[in-house]
Amino acid sequence: MNILVNYSSLFAITLPETILEVVSLLVLVVDLAWLRKTAQATRMATACMLGVAGSVLAILWLIAHPASMSFAGGALVVTPLVAAVQIGIVLLTALVLLLSIKAEFSRNPGEFVAIVLLATTGMMLVVAARDLLIIFVALELLSLSLYALTAFAKNSAQSAEAALKYYLFGGMSAALMLFGFSYLYGLTGTTNLSQMTYALSGSQLPLAVVALVLVAAGLGFKIAAVPFHLWTPDTYQGAPAPVAALIASGSKVASFALLVAVTDGIVASPSSGSGNRTWIVLLIAMAAGSIVLGNLAALAQTSVRRLLAYSAIAHAGYMLLGIAANTPVSGAAVIYYALTYALTTVGAFGVIAIVERATGSDRFDAFAGLSKRNPLLAATMLVFLLSLAGIPPLVGFWAKFNLFAAVLRAPNTASWPLALVVVALAASAVSLYYYLQVLKRVYVVKSANTEPMPVSLVELATLAAIALAVLLLGIFPGLLSAWIPLG
Amino acid sequence: MLAFTIYLSFAGALLLAIMPRAWARAARVFALLVAVAGFAVGVAGFIQSRGQASDAIADLAWVPQMGIHYTLAADGISRVLVLLTGLAAVAGILFSWNIGDAEGDRANEFFAFFLALIGGVYGVFLSVDLFLLFVFYEIAIVPKYFLIAIWGSTRREYAAMKLALYSFAGSAMVLIGLLAAYAQAGGHTMNLQALAQYPFPVSFQMWAFPLVFTGFAILAGMWPFHTWAPTGHVAAPTAASMLLAGVVMKLGAYGCLRVAMTMFPHGLDPWGFSLLGIGSWRTVFALFAVIGILYGAAVALVQNDFKFVIGYSSVSHMGLVMLGLLTLTQIGIDGAVLQMFSHGILAGLLFATVGRIVYVRTHTRDLGGLSKLQLGKAMPFAAAVFVIAGMASMGLPGFSGFIAEVQVLIGAWRSFPWFATVAGVGIVVGVAYTWRAMQRAFFSDVKMLDTQGVAVPVPEYGPVTWPEIAGTILLAGTSLLIGLYPRLLLDVISPAVQALPHALLTGGR
Repeated sequence: MNILVNYSSLFAITLPETILEVVSLLVLVVDLAWLRKTAQATRMATACMLGVAGSVLAILWLIAHPASMSFAGGALVVTPLVAAVQIGIVLLTALVLLLSIKAEFSRNPGEFVAIVLLATTGMMLVVAARDLLIIFVALELLSLSLYALTAFAKNSAQSAEAALKYYLFGGMSAALMLFGFSYLYGLTGTTNLSQMTYALSGSQLPLAVVALVLVAAGLGFKIAAVPFHLWTPDTYQGAPAPVAALIASGSKVASFALLVAVTDGIVASPSSGSGNRTWIVLLIAMAAGSIVLGNLAALAQTSVRRLLAYSAIAHAGYMLLGIAANTPVSGAAVIYYALTYALTTVGAFGVIAIVERATGSDRFDAFAGLSKRNPLLAATMLVFLLSLAGIPPLVGFWAKFNLFAAVLRAPNTASWPLALVVVALAASAVSLYYYLQVLKRVYVVKSANTEPMPVSLVELATLAAIALAVLLLGIFPGLLSAWIPLG
Repeated sequence: MLAFTIYLSFAGALLLAIMPRAWARAARVFALLVAVAGFAVGVAGFIQSRGQASDAIADLAWVPQMGIHYTLAADGISRVLVLLTGLAAVAGILFSWNIGDAEGDRANEFFAFFLALIGGVYGVFLSVDLFLLFVFYEIAIVPKYFLIAIWGSTRREYAAMKLALYSFAGSAMVLIGLLAAYAQAGGHTMNLQALAQYPFPVSFQMWAFPLVFTGFAILAGMWPFHTWAPTGHVAAPTAASMLLAGVVMKLGAYGCLRVAMTMFPHGLDPWGFSLLGIGSWRTVFALFAVIGILYGAAVALVQNDFKFVIGYSSVSHMGLVMLGLLTLTQIGIDGAVLQMFSHGILAGLLFATVGRIVYVRTHTRDLGGLSKLQLGKAMPFAAAVFVIAGMASMGLPGFSGFIAEVQVLIGAWRSFPWFATVAGVGIVVGVAYTWRAMQRAFFSDVKMLDTQGVAVPVPEYGPVTWPEIAGTILLAGTSLLIGLYPRLLLDVISPAVQALPHALLTGGR
């Protein structure tokens, strides 16, 4: 491991991350130096807009320099697909910031935006990392930022409780994962995923099984897969809405992209015939458990945030199927699914934040009569939830179709793909019930309170743009095919 | 050209959705215009393409990487069902003309959901690409939920949710079958014609066929998956009942024929062993169909809610459609398609009479309550309409139902003589329940007595409005026209049935 570090190539490969870090410092300075005496709302808006500007800059850079690069013998890799995921992640962060402009949970807006940008940096590094050590460091940067953000509503006991649960579960699983990584290193003599493929392929040593189970625990926590999902409902419920949106969107996308890369590294491609069965079995077990438990538990919820948390578990299960299929096509399908799912979820949390601000609650009753109180807001919620349920012509349907088609087309003689796709589709029929429970409140149930619900123009425009994107991507699924290859 | 039925309906729905709430009356006029335009396009397409076997309408690459194309085409079966959809849409709007009279009716939303549903239905009937067909099929589910849950009556939220979940479960089954077939055939195409040519292994067809067939049959109201239908029909507002029974159930039957049977014809083959005398999926489903015919009719015979009578009669009539399809004979399938058309019109007319003409004035659908109102005298128009629709529905010669039922029975007689006999009994029970409902609702001589035992005079009801008359003439007239001159449709249906895969026309031999 005597690699001469070429700092200029490191700089070139991490320039978008650097942009975000510089902007996060800038936000802190601006907030501390000039805005201390101004009104809280101005400070929040300024900080958010600075963050958005930084995100736009990073996106422009990523689009303008579509190079394939590799650093330090493949420890950090940027391919067109990695760049596409990074663009998606920064875009999601920008949307979350746009939707937080009116947020009132924090008295320290500069710090809030700065930590959001740091978390985003972590996500981008997670996506590009192909070396166990860098993966771990990047994941910790992401996780520590998210723990802090979860606790950001300092006046809310729920927020503190959610952060503590998230932190305890997260710290534990990070330790397990690091332990697993150390075994992997011991077994293969390398920390680089691409070299590990060869060394580990076909290995059925008990120690390899232990190592993989430990790694699965760490990554399963990040994607909220059963049985590592216990933190999800409480965190989604207690965290400030923009933070919950960030955990549910960018963090998920990054973790799934990482999982695709790790699976690619641990399991030799199925065409070579000697895949590592243990890892696939673990993935399938987590997928089946998440699909069934997520959908069934969501049926019983009366809080929209908790409902979205359980639905997130179910969606993680669907995506795990694509990862277990482990073909280039299914990997791309997972990334497509994760990105579009994240986009939809950010929109849904945006609506929840607005409803919470007006009614003080995220329970079903709070949504009653929304179609009367704010028709446009109601229409966007309709689009988001139906897309999550997988109703065409919204993008959620296309993502599901694409994913399951890829799973079934994997060159695989086993019968689990068909069996699990059957389970997944049956479960998604169940899922319509709980999404309709929310939409029933929005459109059917009459509310005593019919005053218009106040929404700022920025929020409404952002939500409308997301809803439009969800619709257009569903009608023209080929729009993203320049970045994410289809079948 | 027929593609404009789809575009017009969706554009209309979109405009209605963004129309200001205060324009309720304008909304329904606009909706009627859109529906009439769609119907006119359907008629024009029907006339223009007479004599042609099948015309391609559109074929654009949609997701070429995955072999998914935007392919629309119409053969005779599609053209007839497009015509039916247009009729049902126009009549449905005419019979919901009272929506928008009152404040808070949310008329523009109602008609927006209504037209979105119609657009989805048109799309299913015209799609050749299975992905596209499935997209339209699912688009039709959500508006149904809202139409019933918002504007419905008896236990509307329960009925709406039940209907939505049944539909979605059915479409999940269909999607499994389609995805498996797509992957099995190499993942190059979703075109129905291309996939129908692909030699799927018989063992594959043996599980894919029942799965997809059942998925669609749920929406067709096939026993024992019919239970969404009566509750849904009863809870739905009149226009939605008319659409549910009139066209949505046809979506299911159409899918059974066009997708399940066409793609997996060997799924109908004998299993090679027989269990209790049942030796193939074909016999299983034919048995379900026959049970549906008899069960629906028998349950309709003892209902006290007028709408439930019609709801269960729909189950019975759709059983006849399914039986006709499974006869695997030219005449049986001809009859099934004609029965789809005929039942679509007549069920619409019956629901309109009960839910709109009678209920809006009397505010009851209870046959016991109605029998005291002397509706035959108080509402001669309603009585006359119900007599006509009832007669046509029970299969009186001269109306569309007769030709269709006779053809189905002849086909069934060739393929399943025993089932044909039982189906015949079901039709007789059909006469009985229609007669009973007619007698109790309109021609009962029970008088309503006041506390002194003196007969209360016949109450006055509001006058019959022009939309009611127009809708009635449209539906009853069409049924009569087809009854008197069935070749108008049969000349179009028969060539399309002949063009089905050969295995579907062998009578199962």
